[in-house]
Amino acid sequence: MIGSDLVMYEEEFKQIDAELQRLLTQSNAKVVFLVDKNGQLIAATGETENLDTTSLASLTAGNIAATGGMAKLLGEKEFSILFHEGQRDNIHISIIGQRVILVVIFDQRSSLGLVRLRVKKSADVLGGIFNQLLQKVEQGKGPAKGADSPFAEITDEDIDKLFG
Amino acid sequence: MSFINYSSREINCKIVYYGPGLCGKTTNLHYIYKKTNPDSKGKMISLATETERTLFFDFLPLALGEIRGFKTRFHLYTVPGQVFYDASRKLILKGVDGVVFVADSQVERMEANVESVENLRTNLTEQGYNLDAVPYVIQYNKRDLPNVVPVAEMRSSLNPRSVPDFEAIASDGTGVFDTLKAIAKLVIMELKKGQEGG
Repeated sequence: MIGSDLVMYEEEFKQIDAELQRLLTQSNAKVVFLVDKNGQLIAATGETENLDTTSLASLTAGNIAATGGMAKLLGEKEFSILFHEGQRDNIHISIIGQRVILVVIFDQRSSLGLVRLRVKKSADVLGGIFNQLLQKVEQGKGPAKGADSPFAEITDEDIDKLFG
Repeated sequence: MSFINYSSREINCKIVYYGPGLCGKTTNLHYIYKKTNPDSKGKMISLATETERTLFFDFLPLALGEIRGFKTRFHLYTVPGQVFYDASRKLILKGVDGVVFVADSQVERMEANVESVENLRTNLTEQGYNLDAVPYVIQYNKRDLPNVVPVAEMRSSLNPRSVPDFEAIASDGTGVFDTLKAIAKLVIMELKKGQEGG
């Protein structure tokens, strides 16, 4: 199968969360979140209480996938930035390191120019963190190989219990 | 491609319901949505046409409880079944952890079933997967209709690998959770294997 499963550790999660918060403040945005290209929400920050971030994550990934399909048909590798403008809120979507998607939701308190500028800076930082994460996973340094793995002693019974 | 988050202690997996047009993929998800405790499900999203034909995908996030202290979440997707939506189908298969093939049991849909399995195999291969290796279950749906093909016959043309298969009537829920449970089990076992082996 292609690539490896996405694994997130405490250390990188904290770094990512800190970077998203910095981006949120510096770009005057309402919400900032990070999604895996397959639609899994990785981290979110800002005014997320009344927001269905799970659905947003899935639709964002669908959006990027559809746009990527269009890019291919045109002979482009990808369209790395998408922007949706609404009456009140706007969404800025960008691909980082070909693997994760950074989403910034903002209103009139910010501007597209400011968001673009700050996203560019954060993209470098986030890209670095993900590279570090991938290396860690590949080298098997993380707890995944150790006794802490949730799968190590999984039984049929555990799975049956999930369905009550 | 699952997502294991050691920070929030969560496991997320992606399951795709595949099959020919009108075979009941969305109906499967609707029934699961209806019967699941409100605390453990998110909103079901359907990107469909005005006549309720799936245009891009349906999405249902499902939290199934904990395994060894890890919250287990399954993201269920359906593909659009109609032949001309093939580009969209390919996209949805990206990062899939397990596939449910929903077959339409009616005699006149057998050809469509066979075509759709072939299409699934081709599209998986394009994404770098092998249908003979991914967690895979088959559901023979619409068993309540009068003109159905005997299960043995469906099995011989659609399930040569003898993966777990189930008879179902998705509209009243028969077999729906058996199917989901079987694919969930295979996906988790595959994760376990991946961790041990790699």
